[in-house]
Amino acid sequence: MPVNKVFKSCNEAVADIFDGATVMVGGFGSFSGLPVHLIVALARQGAKNLTVIANMGGVGFELTKRIKPEGYYDLGTVFERGQVKKLIASVPALGGMPPDSPFERLYREGKVEVEVVPQGTLAERIRCGAGGLGGFYTPVGVGTVVEKGKEKKVIGGKEYILELPLTADFALIKAHKADTLGNLVYRKTARCFNPVMAMAARVTIVEVDRVVTVGELDPEVIVTPHVYVTRIVEVPK
Amino acid sequence: MKSRLDEATIALRAAREFTDGSVVNLGYGMPGLCSNFIPEGRTVFFQGENGVLGYGALASDAEKDYEMINASDQPVTPAPGMCFFDSAASFDMIRGGHVDTVVLGAYQVSERGDLANWGRPGRPATGMGGGMDLAAGARRVIVTMLHTTRDGEPRIVKECTFPLTARWCVSLVVTDLAVIAVTAEGLVLKETAPGWTFREIQDLTEARLRPSADLKEIEL
Repeated sequence: MPVNKVFKSCNEAVADIFDGATVMVGGFGSFSGLPVHLIVALARQGAKNLTVIANMGGVGFELTKRIKPEGYYDLGTVFERGQVKKLIASVPALGGMPPDSPFERLYREGKVEVEVVPQGTLAERIRCGAGGLGGFYTPVGVGTVVEKGKEKKVIGGKEYILELPLTADFALIKAHKADTLGNLVYRKTARCFNPVMAMAARVTIVEVDRVVTVGELDPEVIVTPHVYVTRIVEVPK
Repeated sequence: MKSRLDEATIALRAAREFTDGSVVNLGYGMPGLCSNFIPEGRTVFFQGENGVLGYGALASDAEKDYEMINASDQPVTPAPGMCFFDSAASFDMIRGGHVDTVVLGAYQVSERGDLANWGRPGRPATGMGGGMDLAAGARRVIVTMLHTTRDGEPRIVKECTFPLTARWCVSLVVTDLAVIAVTAEGLVLKETAPGWTFREIQDLTEARLRPSADLKEIEL
């Protein structure tokens, strides 16, 4: 019998995230694809000194109302509680928002480190980590601050820089449906960073709109194979 | 005083560059307005780096689905033929040259077509998002921007002083005063806002401009 991956609550599913862990958090920018309930559970759980890998640093509950009128919890909540030591992201703070997201305040006060990574490079570094590769050469960032301290190579007359893989202890992701084995399908643009992050962590925890029985998902449309998924929590919409 | 083009008009002019059947990515801010101005009779497939190809118009309040957004986090409508993919696949599409045109905003563009559009003084932690990948990977980079800063300083410069997004990447710049092509011989002024002369535009541009042989007013 396969192990039971279905957890009753987000709180139980994130209980063993430890101080100093590296945590990938899925999503893209705003609400779409963000594992909102797992983020809240992580904030409640209180693990500290985390390294967080996410596309965006979040804006905090108040500013999310500019995106979705009723507001929602994003990574800002985890920053507000002082749980993060370092953020690796392509958009740590959103230029189109006032400069007072929880991350940006902490950054100004020197209380959090940041590594800014071009978005495609971030996705590919995660995919490399997931697939057991040692890195890749990309033309993105050549001639900019991004190339600083990195190996450069000319391939076919074009300059490239070496980028290294990213992996994590935990990934918190959002999918639309899971079967009880952990096969996942996504909904519209809520896919984004979730499938690559699901593959790159030792423990992948997914919140889904619905858990279904094995055999109910069409094998032709499964995006994330169950081997990558450790824990499933159903959070009905 | 002569008037400058408004943002919608800048976007309308930029959108005329979209060829029939092409794949177009629109950056954050003013470039997003281009989706309202697809030239009649042409089909354009909008790519969002969040993992979508072929989305439709911006969604009305009644149509809003917060899991159906463009890369500027705006809810958009579905369209027939639309497809979704993950972030890694999206940037394969971008870096691999499968996006025909990207329209990006800019703080500065240099005379060689260097682009600076992400870091600015006072906001050290705003990242570049997908801008570097798009600038490096799209087949054609169009910039929409205001010609000068609020204080009247030129944004089209000899050398960018803001952090670079990518070198030598910009093909065409559409501003509230002008349409400027980046060529091997430097910047060529192709069109002016109504009533503006070559000399007046040069005076507001740090980089040297050359008038195009067929310099004309932007037709609106």
